Amino acid sequence: MSDIEDRVRKIVVEHLNVEADKVTEKASFMDDLGADSLDQVELVMAFEEEFGVEIPDDAAESIQTFGDAVAFLTKATA
Amino acid sequence: MFDLSGKRALVTGASGGIGSAIAKALAKQGAEVALSGTRVGALEDVAKDIIGKAHVLPCNLSDLDAVDRLVPQAEEAMGSVDILVNNAGMTRDNLFMRMKDEEWDDVLKINLSAPFHLTRSAIKGMMKRRFGRIISITSVVGVVGNPGQGNYAASKAGLAGMSKSLAYEVASRGITVNTIAPGFISSAMTDELNEKQHEAILQKVPAGRLGTAEEVAACAVFLASEGAAYITGHTLNVNGGMVMI
Repeated sequence: MSDIEDRVRKIVVEHLNVEADKVTEKASFMDDLGADSLDQVELVMAFEEEFGVEIPDDAAESIQTFGDAVAFLTKATA
Repeated sequence: MFDLSGKRALVTGASGGIGSAIAKALAKQGAEVALSGTRVGALEDVAKDIIGKAHVLPCNLSDLDAVDRLVPQAEEAMGSVDILVNNAGMTRDNLFMRMKDEEWDDVLKINLSAPFHLTRSAIKGMMKRRFGRIISITSVVGVVGNPGQGNYAASKAGLAGMSKSLAYEVASRGITVNTIAPGFISSAMTDELNEKQHEAILQKVPAGRLGTAEEVAACAVFLASEGAAYITGHTLNVNGGMVMI
């Protein structure tokens, strides 16, 4: 498991109050992890802060699952 | 109950009658305040009257790029913005048929677009901290209309609708979004009215007098306080009974 995955999972677990083992690659924040649209915005804000990157709105909209977030942040911090 | 110690407030239009009264009242309850406006000298005079910490942050609200920098500047000066008071406003009265595009655009920009930009910047930090107070000063004319003020009334009604929509979105994050709708408040503007105009106004006000800026400021203190945590999407009418809604 990569360091980025760990950090993203930690944010998701803390923010959405879900069990870590539910946060799988395909898990959708809204459909599987109980996030509403505002939670989704807050997650993106938290990712930006944790990784020191700017996530533009169109990219933010494409981040739907845990896997999407890890993939985006891996690329953005590479 | 109305203690604001440790809270940081940004007030626009802080050199005006209502704005300066709000800034002073918030400071009196212990809040640190950032005063924004265009007249630096007047803002500094208000800052001198404030006991406690006050910062002068000049900003021309018709320049939306400058508006987008204002909340970050206030956050840098104070550490955060917990209370945002969208008070600045302007009028460019004209009969509807004569109203020029600029008169419409200028009023909508200062009275509605600027509060939108400021509020959008401020709620980011408020969401993280799970606390925030957005208070916008509207007007009784946003509800009942006023001849010659199509632009102004539209901007104030718009601000009320914007506030209610945002109130829904952020209520679960400890952020309340409310408006205060003053009626006739004693100000430099009402001082210019002649006796006949004055009389005509008072006939519409059951209280039989104009309101004071301090009476508006007291409402802002209340809405900013912990005591008002369960009030959101509301409009406090401060009009001496002129319109009861």
